[in-house]
Amino acid sequence: MERSSNLLDEALGIIYDNSSLSSSSSSLPNGSCVLIEDCVETSASFVIHHILKRSLSPNSSSSVVFLSLSHPFSHYDRILRKLGCNLAAQRDNRRFFFFDMLMLGCTEQSLGNIHSGGLIELYGKIQKAIEDSNSSSGNSKCITIVLDDFSLIEVAAKGSFNHSLDFLRYCYTLTSEFGCSLVILNHEDIYLEEESATPILQMEYLANILIKAEPLSTGLAADVHGQLTVLNKGTYDKTRNSMNKGLGLEERAWSHGQLMRNVVPSRLGVPSMLRV
Amino acid sequence: MSTTTKARTSSFSRNPLAGPTSQIPGLKPGPNGAVFVSSGIPDLDRILGGGFCLGSLIMVMEDPEAPHHMLLLRNFMAQGLLHNQPLLYGSSSKDPKGFLGTLPNPMSPKDDKPRDRGTEQDKDLRIAWQYKKYSRENQLDSNHEFCSTFDLRKPLERQYFGGKHVDCVSTQDLTLDILLQRCSTFLAQNSRSGSSISCGGRIAIQSFCAPQCGYIDKDWDMLAFIKSLKGLVRASNAVAIITFPHSLLSSSFSKRWQHLADTLLSELAQLLTGYQEMVGFLGIHKVARMNTQVPLVLEATTFSIKLHKRRSLVLECLNQAPIDGASGTSYGTSSSCSTSTKQGSLDF
Repeated sequence: MERSSNLLDEALGIIYDNSSLSSSSSSLPNGSCVLIEDCVETSASFVIHHILKRSLSPNSSSSVVFLSLSHPFSHYDRILRKLGCNLAAQRDNRRFFFFDMLMLGCTEQSLGNIHSGGLIELYGKIQKAIEDSNSSSGNSKCITIVLDDFSLIEVAAKGSFNHSLDFLRYCYTLTSEFGCSLVILNHEDIYLEEESATPILQMEYLANILIKAEPLSTGLAADVHGQLTVLNKGTYDKTRNSMNKGLGLEERAWSHGQLMRNVVPSRLGVPSMLRV
Repeated sequence: MSTTTKARTSSFSRNPLAGPTSQIPGLKPGPNGAVFVSSGIPDLDRILGGGFCLGSLIMVMEDPEAPHHMLLLRNFMAQGLLHNQPLLYGSSSKDPKGFLGTLPNPMSPKDDKPRDRGTEQDKDLRIAWQYKKYSRENQLDSNHEFCSTFDLRKPLERQYFGGKHVDCVSTQDLTLDILLQRCSTFLAQNSRSGSSISCGGRIAIQSFCAPQCGYIDKDWDMLAFIKSLKGLVRASNAVAIITFPHSLLSSSFSKRWQHLADTLLSELAQLLTGYQEMVGFLGIHKVARMNTQVPLVLEATTFSIKLHKRRSLVLECLNQAPIDGASGTSYGTSSSCSTSTKQGSLDF
């Protein structure tokens, strides 16, 4: 049996209780913006899978709008099946909206769209999906928008930072307009040069929760795959009626339990040294 | 209608790919619905957990001082031709067809003796008992085994080129759009239609951003090309391998390229002398994870590329600095000396 709530949930502000059947929300807090940063050696896509799993869990009513630029539907479907969530069924229930954008910016487009790489059209689709979903079930529903991953949106916009950042800001307005939450995956190591750092700095500014995945500085290990740094900027959390952690930095090591085929984050052995 | 949807949404569905692919030579079913094709180097297949994933994009970062990516490409392409798989080769040279003449030939079973003695003797015994059966088996094997060992000194025999879709393009006189079109028409020929997989196509593009191609000021267009190629390959029944001189790209673009790769390899020139068989190093930075989030844990990220008996490529783990028995230095000094230099150059 799975633990009711793990460290990653705690870091994301997800309250998840498997045992109780009460209507506790197991999705991200409304209006939150999560930025996940990873690098070539260490992929952080498992955080996205985890958020998907929690948001689409049976005892939550939230839905997910998923923009995939890196993998086809079958990839996520298989992974989430292993985690105990059937994406194809959720898609049919209209709780999971999947936009396959593998070929975004590559196919022939109408003249007006060439410069923005089809981003305006894409935003229109997202907005429509959210409006449809909201109108069908009242405003109580929390919608999570997931962007996997942002660096490919820049490629689709042919390097126009204005277009890609505009797209991001538009998506961000949806968090306040409809109470959606926004999850963005991006790659930190692309922006290490000073002149190209603007996009990631802007995103880091917008985000409430910042998650960084890095390889272990000590090198390869058999069961630990890297470390996650979570920066929670301290949002007011209605459900807990308290400030949900102040500005703080926590470091965690995570390992993928090979048998469970599941991600189990665990605290590093020396938490007192690493926690600020 | 209701039954069909039920079948699709059930978690316990039979994998339609598992059955037929096992019979097709050159394709091997793997975990999570992945299908592997061979890289042409038995050790590399083993390290990557079975080979290159069908539908994945492999990128190799070239070292300007070493041409080992050519070795990888040669074996990759020769293996494809051996399995009768269609091939598209793009190169920055004027005459890409000429490269096909340098592809290696698989070792004939006679001199393809395994490296360890024990199995060799076992086989000899079998020959003595069932000579006819053994010889017939061997003939089949050389054409149908998943991964062959290639003899780099012998050119690939003519018979393997005959009547197949082998397409060569020179990237010098093509724009990126046309190159992408060539790739997409090539892939359309062997697209993934339902559950039937005919045979895996192979695309190999050598030195993609080399100066002679004239793409050098088109950073974003090249990225868009790679992204589109990745999308095309993912939707089809093929594998693409791109080698690129990463030192020509700015570091942020180089990282973007690396992020686009499903499997990322790098090569390193050999900085040490006195290792007779070793020709360089191969770094493995990323291994394609199709349909799974569990990463593959490698035993090491850097392997030495060796030419076994000057003919076949062998990858070996570098747990310890190899000690050159032929050199006259004493055991202690040579090992300690080489360990330190190795760690310095490889950044463990």
